[in-house]
Amino acid sequence: MTSPNQIADPEIKLYEARKSVHPQRIDGNFRRLKWAIMIVTLAIYYITPWIRWDRGPYAPNQAVLVDLANRRFYMFGIEIWPHEFYYVAGMLVMAGIGLFLVTTAVGRAWCGYACPQTVWTDLFQHVDRFVDGDRNARMRMDKAPWTASKTAKRLFKWSIYLFIAFWTGGAWIMYFADAPTLTVDFWTGQAAFVAYATVAVLTATTFIFGGFMREQVCIYMCPWPRIQAAMMDEKSLQVTYKDWRGETRASVKKAESNPGEFGDCIDCNQCVAVCPTGIDIREGPQIGCITCALCIDACDRVMEQVGRPRGLIDYITADDAEAERAGEKTPPAWKNLVRVRIFIYFGVWAAIGLAMLFALGNRTRLDLAVQHDRNPVYVQLSNGDIRNTYTAKIRNMENRPREIDIAIDGLPGATVWEGGTTRPQAQTNLRVRVSPDSVARIQLFIVAPEAGAERDEFTMTVQGVDDEAPTDTEALFFERPKG
Amino acid sequence: MSDKKYIDQATGTETVGHEWDGIEELDTPMPRWWVWTFYATIIWAIGYVILYPAIPLVNSATEGLLGWTSRGEYAKEVTAREQQLAPIRAAMVNSDINSVATNPELRTQAINGGASAFKVHCVQCHGSGAAGFAGYPNLNDDDWLWGGDLEAIEYTLVHGIRQPDHDETRFSQMPAFGRDGILQSNEIQDLVSHVRTISGDETPSAASQRGSVLYEANCAICHGPNGTGDRLQGAPNLTDRIALYGRDRASLTETITNSRYGVMPRWGQRLDPATIRMLSIYVHSLGGGETAPQPEQTAEAGESDDQS
Repeated sequence: MTSPNQIADPEIKLYEARKSVHPQRIDGNFRRLKWAIMIVTLAIYYITPWIRWDRGPYAPNQAVLVDLANRRFYMFGIEIWPHEFYYVAGMLVMAGIGLFLVTTAVGRAWCGYACPQTVWTDLFQHVDRFVDGDRNARMRMDKAPWTASKTAKRLFKWSIYLFIAFWTGGAWIMYFADAPTLTVDFWTGQAAFVAYATVAVLTATTFIFGGFMREQVCIYMCPWPRIQAAMMDEKSLQVTYKDWRGETRASVKKAESNPGEFGDCIDCNQCVAVCPTGIDIREGPQIGCITCALCIDACDRVMEQVGRPRGLIDYITADDAEAERAGEKTPPAWKNLVRVRIFIYFGVWAAIGLAMLFALGNRTRLDLAVQHDRNPVYVQLSNGDIRNTYTAKIRNMENRPREIDIAIDGLPGATVWEGGTTRPQAQTNLRVRVSPDSVARIQLFIVAPEAGAERDEFTMTVQGVDDEAPTDTEALFFERPKG
Repeated sequence: MSDKKYIDQATGTETVGHEWDGIEELDTPMPRWWVWTFYATIIWAIGYVILYPAIPLVNSATEGLLGWTSRGEYAKEVTAREQQLAPIRAAMVNSDINSVATNPELRTQAINGGASAFKVHCVQCHGSGAAGFAGYPNLNDDDWLWGGDLEAIEYTLVHGIRQPDHDETRFSQMPAFGRDGILQSNEIQDLVSHVRTISGDETPSAASQRGSVLYEANCAICHGPNGTGDRLQGAPNLTDRIALYGRDRASLTETITNSRYGVMPRWGQRLDPATIRMLSIYVHSLGGGETAPQPEQTAEAGESDDQS
């Protein structure tokens, strides 16, 4: 297009009103898949916080718990400390690469089936159908004047929206505190302000996004469709209207009277009627298509009724579409999964997962970090000996109290005592007791003879007094006055 | 912009009217909800400007109906923190200092509170790490003129050192042997040799032999026959490796000739008892604190004759 087309006096507005979408009820393989995924994802979301997991008397017994107040993240048998946050980062990286993988293979499957916006929008559309009836009834209802009956129905529908929205927010907070306790606290007004605020915000967003914004969230707000557009390639599955087969559209009667002149599409508009984002898939791939495949269900059903083969609208890759258009044979869809890009994504995804599993399996639940006091670096005692002071942080990451031995090695004649005791109690090594799942901050005074290097290297080792006897060692300096 | 309207045929949307090598820009209308959101932010902004300080004037800004200020917010936080600390401060002085120091929670509070108070009141002389300077004791070491247990430290803090008009203050005074003509300067040098011999800085010599006789006559009454000092009088131990003003000949000569008269304020007049208690526990925790009111006896092997 080299020059703009001039059209006289069109009606252009500053803003565009939303065109209401009233998807029609449909049944079919993809609809049943959507039902299954909706049930599974919602069940995971609502039930998970209520699963119990015994961790002994020193830790919460909730299977999945993000304990922000105590800075712990529990997930079944795994407990993550703040310094181990890279596991969470790793999971997010895996989730990201997982989305790349899925997008490359099956296009916008995430958008169509598993995205919370899709799942909740679907749920709310079922509510619409339950209260107002199917597509045509709802369209009539929308245009109808605000009679008492319409008002009552709308209020009823919105209160169901609100109910769902409230339980969505209510379930979210259960991940952040002991669910049974929080439930009681919540209803007796004793929960933290942040709990009520979170429920309020999530209720509002669910109510607005699920009840009213719907496909506009996908089209205008969500960055993911735009990113996906860059990640899909000619071998990614997408929902496609096979125009080479469907065009030119004509009614069954017309096609019968002129055999060979028309395509398979009978222009029944069923694909448009069932679309939850209100698009016409026959216009080609577009940003509004979340590839939920309900139009495939609808079209297949119509094709069956008119006795034509299914798959006028179908999942197909761009390459296969080209081949089919040219009349070549296309390989089965699953063969598109076997290609380098998918293997690389899967390899990276799996490598991160395996590395994290390996690290999880090998991590020690005992950790030592020592800081040498710098002010003063050393102190001369009355008998001439030199004392250095250290602050040791011993992390006991297990849910039981532990006895820990602290030993120093490589500093001849050195003794050590703990803050709160005095020099007569100094020993060559110490035993301390560390509370379950906590960090012990211990002041250590180490004293050594005056004679020696200005800067002596030595090591400090902590060892759990138990069968596993885990250790952690830190290399340190001992400093003496110059001269 | 041209006043003609240009419509893109494929989308039916108006273009902005420009064209760059065949590329045009669609002027897609905003969704209506977006415009509503925009209006909502304007309403929010108006409310905010009315309720909170917002518009700068010549000397200050508009105050806002809620009367909110960041200083007020700060004052509120300080008050809240003080209320939170009140029971802890009360507990600090409700029992004796040894039981406060052995209560883990109070001990932690005392050390933290003491460290803060130390940085305000004590660092000027004792240094930020409490390592002192010449004439100002290092509080990290185990050498105490008046005693290093909790009670002795607290007493020193409350009553100060050499405070005039205060009977309970820590008070000691060494004669200015040189300035007042009690000893001649060669005698003082002999005495210095003796003192450096018993502290291990010098080997015995003829001078130190002469000095030891002078020591018996002039110094032993306070510093003890062996030079180990006397805490009741605040007389320092001369045999250890720590000297407040330095162990070199010049410093010792100056001390014996002109005497020294270091002072510390009576903190009992200036600070509340809870703060003093926290300071005492903090100083005691620095590594030199003692348990018993007796001078400690720690015989360690590995002594050296190293000169500093």
